[in-house]
Amino acid sequence: MNWNGITAIWRFEMARFFRSIIQSMVSPVLSTSLYFVVFGAAIGSRIPQIEGVSYGAFIVPGLIILTVLQQSIQNAGFGIYFPKFIGTIFEVLSAPLSAVEIVIGYVGAAVAKAVLIGLVILITSFAFVDMQIAHPVFMLLFLVLTSVSFSLLGFILGIWAKSFEQLNLVPLLVVTPLIFLGGSFYSITMLPPFWQNLSLFNPVLYLVSGFRWSFFGAADVPVAISLIAVLVFAGACLSVIAWIFRSGYRLKP
Amino acid sequence: MSSIVNVSGLGKTYEGGFTALHSVDLEIREGEILALLGPNGAGKTTLISTICGLTNATSGSVTVGGFDIREDWRAARRLIGLVPQEINLEPFEKVGNTVRFSRGLFGLPRDEALIDRVLKSLSLDDKKDERIRHLSGGMKRRVLIAKALVHEPRVLFLDEPTAGVDVELRRDMWELVDQLRADGVTIILTTHYIEEAEAIADRIGVINKGELLLIEDKAALMARLGKKQMVIELAEPVDAIPAGLMDFDLTRSDDGRGLTYTYEAGGKRTGITRLLAAVQGAGLVLADVETKQSSLEEIFVGLVHEGAA
Repeated sequence: MNWNGITAIWRFEMARFFRSIIQSMVSPVLSTSLYFVVFGAAIGSRIPQIEGVSYGAFIVPGLIILTVLQQSIQNAGFGIYFPKFIGTIFEVLSAPLSAVEIVIGYVGAAVAKAVLIGLVILITSFAFVDMQIAHPVFMLLFLVLTSVSFSLLGFILGIWAKSFEQLNLVPLLVVTPLIFLGGSFYSITMLPPFWQNLSLFNPVLYLVSGFRWSFFGAADVPVAISLIAVLVFAGACLSVIAWIFRSGYRLKP
Repeated sequence: MSSIVNVSGLGKTYEGGFTALHSVDLEIREGEILALLGPNGAGKTTLISTICGLTNATSGSVTVGGFDIREDWRAARRLIGLVPQEINLEPFEKVGNTVRFSRGLFGLPRDEALIDRVLKSLSLDDKKDERIRHLSGGMKRRVLIAKALVHEPRVLFLDEPTAGVDVELRRDMWELVDQLRADGVTIILTTHYIEEAEAIADRIGVINKGELLLIEDKAALMARLGKKQMVIELAEPVDAIPAGLMDFDLTRSDDGRGLTYTYEAGGKRTGITRLLAAVQGAGLVLADVETKQSSLEEIFVGLVHEGAA
């Protein structure tokens, strides 16, 4: 393993993150805080408890997952797309680095950023709502697993995209709706049966549900299924990436 | 001299069906400066990209320092430094950081002293903390070279290092290449400037349409393919080439005073003695005689033209 190479990529990407710390960190924290103020405090006070949890607390896991998903996709996508766009990718591809090492470097950096932002949002949320985390270790594991699988997806998008527009298209048109319809702000038991069943096809539901279970011990779907869903999703992304490097798709002519 | 890069039967056909390389064989000797000369689109960059692992070959094989680029790719790549044609740099990055990054990619531990040394050798020592976007074009190119040298490669590929660079910078670049060779680095550079190849290369390869037309020592190439011309200036103009000189295939200048004779520079029998005797026999009086050697440019144009025919 070329650990120095992996570290070089990881550090380089993290340096980019800290260079634009305001954009990287403050803006997701600020927008999440606004969600807390509007949905948690203002509207939430008129919504009855869900599964024994106040609405303000109920949305915390969903909000964290929402941000972590978006950040993972965005960071990993940009991380690999940008060198491709400006041409510096040649250095990585001609270095003695294997595909696995390149992925660990870029995806590892995207995960570190997204998880860091997720944790900062979690800490921020304690300022707005009163809650306890039932299974902190599982919460952390789930957060990392979610971030890894969606960073892998972002990495694929970054390689696939031929323009910044394409890079933003999939997150905007596919991922954001899935996140909003995945029960970030409600329990799917609140939906009519047809929509409840349809929601089961939404992968984000399993993430939000599993993550919420780690907070409150209650979930829309059994937590084991959530875990399996994340792993299956990560496995699917890994297979696509393996194919990309084997075939040279959009990387090596 | 032993060879450091061995290319054999290398072919590359892109997905669209375009064949950029037709079975190229090339042996690069350790410590030499090899110039690959060819017009735009000849396959120079494809050849380099394939050796460096940026393009997958369709056929053939390459070894670098005895390591196959597919089987022992890690070992092969460690020996190679690549300076691309385009200035591919992150504008907001600092010089020191981008050079450090390159070294890390090659699996090497941090070595600030080495980085300082490399930057100094490229007159970039005071730019280490400068952001790349603040540098001039020439400096950016040197940053690219620093990035390619910081893992101490034994073979350096320079893809059109002086394209779009002014004359002074070009000379600096040539000096740098000379200095690198003195440090024992084998250098392969592509160019379509003939004067560049003529000025710095030990050997010259000519590529056109994906084929290596020839590869030869510069001096031998010039001697073998170079045509020499002898221009005879006459004291009195002539209206036509005299009958006695018809065998020599001369050309007459417009004013009738000059006769030009073309011959092979390396040939044993140049025909000069016979020609001069014939000139005398025709009763012409010489005012002056001048000989000219054809430049690499003329050789090159001749070769590319032949290849196209």
